Parts: sequence; structure tokens; C-alpha cells
Amino acid sequence: MSTLSANLDSVSHDDHAHAHDHHDTSGDTVFGFWLYLMTDCLLFASFFATYAVLFMNTAGGVSGKDIFELDFVAVETAALLISSITFGFAMIAAQGQKKALTLTWLFVTFCLGAVFIGMEVYEFHHLIVHGNGPQQSAFLTSFFSLVGLHGLHVTAGLIWMTIMMIEVAKRGLGKATVTRLSCLSLFWHFLDIVWICVFTVVYLMGAM
Amino acid sequence: MSHSETHALKQTQSDHHDESHGSVKTYLIGFVLSVILTAIPFYMVMEGDFSKATTLWSIVTLAIVQIWVHLKYFLHLNFTTEDGRASTFSFLFSALIIVMVVGLSVWIIYESNAMMMY
Repeated sequence: MSTLSANLDSVSHDDHAHAHDHHDTSGDTVFGFWLYLMTDCLLFASFFATYAVLFMNTAGGVSGKDIFELDFVAVETAALLISSITFGFAMIAAQGQKKALTLTWLFVTFCLGAVFIGMEVYEFHHLIVHGNGPQQSAFLTSFFSLVGLHGLHVTAGLIWMTIMMIEVAKRGLGKATVTRLSCLSLFWHFLDIVWICVFTVVYLMGAM
Repeated sequence: MSHSETHALKQTQSDHHDESHGSVKTYLIGFVLSVILTAIPFYMVMEGDFSKATTLWSIVTLAIVQIWVHLKYFLHLNFTTEDGRASTFSFLFSALIIVMVVGLSVWIIYESNAMMMY
């Protein structure tokens, strides 16, 4: 408690007048990022609508039942779900100003995300070399677009996470850095929610 | 503002901070629920023991429940704090738009498909 009040005292001495502005700004930043994610939801919604409309148009080629391997998808899902909780632990560590622990959890999250992307690239490659590329039918076009869009988001998240790891390592856990980490955490958890929709609508319904 | 008031205010802000960002316990609850809510639909489809309609409605329901679990335990949406309310209402609005975009597109195309058949 005494160290806490000492810290708080130094804060109130340094920027007494700015304290409120700072608090409000970081909240606004995170809320603004949340609104961006809501517009991203609409982008995904339009891709889902396209998939729902086109998935039966296989043009005499393969359907979901022929190409989806649920064991494989279950492992991908597990990697992404575990990465969600490890990112949660990274955020708790960041809020507690534990730099080494934050970096460790971020690295674990990064590895799980990389496993997910690696598996997805393998799946796409496997489909394309077996002649089931996106140009074969409307079903495959919409499948590659929807799953690929999610994959691109996860890739962007991994790049962002790399940058944040460097920032945390070099500058420590300042207020601005923690705000950026909060935004990345929203992004990462949001992608996991989109993946729930993907595995339900695309893989499970397709394999039924 | 006196020194003690500033201190009290900071204290409330940091309490509020902890509450809106969750703890190890809430993350673990969310994680365990998500694992269960993921395992059941995968099991149902992979085993194929149930009728198509039962499986379909079950996996859709479980997906919606799991989305709710993620929103509550990982994204910390709530109706109790001011920030939480703003985020929750913007999410609910997006959800309404999504249901309209996806639901109505599917409805229109399936109806037109059905009418083209005859």
C-alpha cells in the first residue's frame, strides 16, 4: 500500500492537471478501437452472407463434406482458444507492471497464433495442389475468401504482436503501451469470436 | 483538490480498472466454458449420432452461448460501468445489423432459388 501511494503521489505531482485527460484519452482510444472492430464485424458479416448464399454452388466439384477434416479443424480451434487465455494472462501481467511475465505470455500467444496460421496455410495449400483451388467453384471461392479474410486478420494480429513485444521490451509498460496492448487484446479476442462463427457455419455445418 | 481527495479518486480509478479487465479467475471460467462449448458441437458432428435438425440447432445455440461467454469473460462487456455500457450497446447495434444483412440475404436468395425451380 505504501509503495502504491508513493507511486500515485509521484503521478499527481508530475501531471496533476493532466491526470484526468490521460485517463479519459486511454478509455476513448480503447472505445474507438472497439467501434472499429464493430465495423470489421460488418465486413465479416458480408463475407458470411456471401458464403451462406454460395456454398451449395459447387459446380459439380467437391462440397464441404468432401474436403473438411474436423480433427484438423479441432486442433486449429484449440490453438486459437488457448491463445485467447494466454493473451488474457499477458494483459493481467501488463496491468500488474510485470514486464518479463507479460513478454513471456505474449510470446506463448504468438506461437499459438503462428501454429493456427501455419495449419491454415497447410490446409489451403493441400486443397490447391489437389485441384480444389478458389477458382474451381463459387463454393470454394467464398470458402477461401471467408477463411482467408480471418487468416489475414490473424496474420495482422501476429505482426502487431511482434511490434508490441519489441515495444514492451524496449520501453517497458508505460500507460500508452498498456493502452495499445488493450487494443490488441480486443482485436485478438474478437478474432476468436469470429472463428467460433467460422467453425460452426463453415466446417461443422459443411461436414454434417 | 486536496491531496487526500486526489488519492481517493486515483484509488477508485485503479479499482475500476481491475474490475473492467478481469482476473485470472474470470479468464479461467471463460476458458473452461469455451472448451466445453467447443467440444460438444465437434463431438455431435463427428459422431453423427443425432438427427440433422437436432445437430444443426444444437451447434447454432452452442455457438451463440460461446460468443456470449467470450464477450463476458474475455472482452468484459457489461452493463455496470459506463465504458462497458457504451461498448455493449455498440455491439448490440452491430449484432442487429449483422442479423439483418446475413438473415435477409439468405432469405431473399433462398426464396428466389425456390421460385426459379418451378
